[in-house]
Amino acid sequence: MREAVIKTDKLTKRFGEFIATNAISFEVQQGEIFGFLGANGAGKTTAMRMLCGLLIPSSGAGTVAGFDVYKQTEKIKKSIGYMSQKFSLYEDLTVLENIRFFGGIYGLSNQQLKAKSIELIHRLNLQKDKDRLVGTLPLGWKQKLSFLVAVLHSPKVVFLDEPTGGVDPVTRRQFWELIYESVENSITVFVTTHYMDEAEYCNRVSIMVDGKIEALDTPGNLKEKYGATSMDEVFYQLARGAKRGE
Amino acid sequence: MRTIRFLLQKEFRQIFRNKSILAMVIFMPVMQLIILPLAANYEVKNINIAIIDNDHSSYSQKLIAKITASGYFKLAAYNFSFKQAFKFIEQDQADLILEIPAGFEGNLIRENEQQLFVAVNAINGTKANLGGAYLGTIIRDYTGEIRFDLVQPGRLSPQPVISVVPMNWFNPLLNYKLFMVPGILAILVTMIGGFLSALNIVKEKEVGTIEQINVTPIRKHHFILGKLIPFWILGNVVFSIGLLVSWLIYDIVPLGSIVLLYGFISVYLLAVLGFGLLVSTYCDTQQQAMFIMFFFMMVFILMGGLFTAIDSMPQWAKVVTWFNPVSYLIEVMRMVILKGSGLVDIWKHLAIIAGFAVVLNCWAMLNYKKTS
Repeated sequence: MREAVIKTDKLTKRFGEFIATNAISFEVQQGEIFGFLGANGAGKTTAMRMLCGLLIPSSGAGTVAGFDVYKQTEKIKKSIGYMSQKFSLYEDLTVLENIRFFGGIYGLSNQQLKAKSIELIHRLNLQKDKDRLVGTLPLGWKQKLSFLVAVLHSPKVVFLDEPTGGVDPVTRRQFWELIYESVENSITVFVTTHYMDEAEYCNRVSIMVDGKIEALDTPGNLKEKYGATSMDEVFYQLARGAKRGE
Repeated sequence: MRTIRFLLQKEFRQIFRNKSILAMVIFMPVMQLIILPLAANYEVKNINIAIIDNDHSSYSQKLIAKITASGYFKLAAYNFSFKQAFKFIEQDQADLILEIPAGFEGNLIRENEQQLFVAVNAINGTKANLGGAYLGTIIRDYTGEIRFDLVQPGRLSPQPVISVVPMNWFNPLLNYKLFMVPGILAILVTMIGGFLSALNIVKEKEVGTIEQINVTPIRKHHFILGKLIPFWILGNVVFSIGLLVSWLIYDIVPLGSIVLLYGFISVYLLAVLGFGLLVSTYCDTQQQAMFIMFFFMMVFILMGGLFTAIDSMPQWAKVVTWFNPVSYLIEVMRMVILKGSGLVDIWKHLAIIAGFAVVLNCWAMLNYKKTS
């Protein structure tokens, strides 16, 4: 059995009366691609922000890469990568400058920075565009760049919050190829998405409804359990009961 | 240390790519220092006066000539009835009416006494006050002259005369520019420093890059320093440009030590930037930050002693100025530039501003939360 990189036990976040995530418990193993599904407003982003050390939970327990989500948020931050819903590289810096900046902040040495920059630009085929301002790149390129910057420092886990929102199918496919390559380097991937074809790419999938995890298994088992032919149907059966909308 | 280097590199790249920041840092001080001191003038000139001369004598002519030759008054109307002249005041074409009664000359010579009537439009208080005072002085002067004419010097009664001759220290010609330019420069440095730093972090919040920063293991004080240092350098650049402009255009050279001036500005900038950062940690949008900064800047500027002397403020207002960093800077600027004050004279100011810097930056650092 591989060790669990993420462990949560009844992890809960309240905002006043509103319970954004309600006592969620799960484990994610190292090297796994874990799909974190749910309708809009189901509490996915809140859960993810707690795991990234951006938000302190209200109750429950959790560890990421062996560090406590209450007390060791800064240690967690050292061992994870994060790509938020909003595109968040610096648009007024070039591709290379963004790589150097984020790599530098994570403490990569100059040699590593150089090597990683070359490797990353090669992987994205951005040789000609490495000195272009990131703001001028097409969205698909930005998202791929953003992902590779998030795993630049070889984190244990990378959290991806709807990484392929608004991106064309071809680029989405390429994006997932990048994800698979990272898993080969034993990076754990924790990803939220609204695309059910992407859910099929995951090793295991959890589906959140109204702040709770309603289902958690491999896509195959889930389809079997709900008598569905696709993840789309599984999701629909679970999520249509949701009371929270957008 | 290495982290800070990366932060600085990033910050400077962004600054140099942002044309509006560069324009603000270079052109704003130059333009404002050239234009504002010319406009923000304490001297009241061009007071419009309406004169009604009912006497038409050589004495009344002499008085009118003296008034118009003083340079302060512009003859807006001459020899209308009082009613008509009052219309001019109502229409804001005249600020003052001087009525010379009939028999002015005769009474002066025969009775040694004559009254004049002056009506002042007090809507513009400063103009009215000063205009009335100038006119009073001119008339007194005139009285002295005719007294000399009328009475033979030999028979002049030996009246003791006390004459007051003021000496204007540190600004002998009462050149208001000497007084205004250092003050305006102080405000410029404050505005640019405060706004740049306040808007910067909030912009990162708006764009969403702050979240990417917050999820890195970056240390809080590194991040704050990474923001502080670039703007501190920019603030010094603005200040240097300002000093250069004051020297080239107004011939103002600090009498005191330049090193001391820079030393004070360095500490002062830390305080102002700290304030900007503090505001930014409380705001989510640039709009909010802008409004909050405007609120404080208005108070800082109007209660900073540039336009109105702090000494003549009511006690409660004086207490408010104790918490206004701008008031310390304006005072120090004037002391060092005009008076040549040294460290001995301004160490209290320096200590207080250093206190501001420490408190504001610590507060900003505590209030900046990477984890909410």
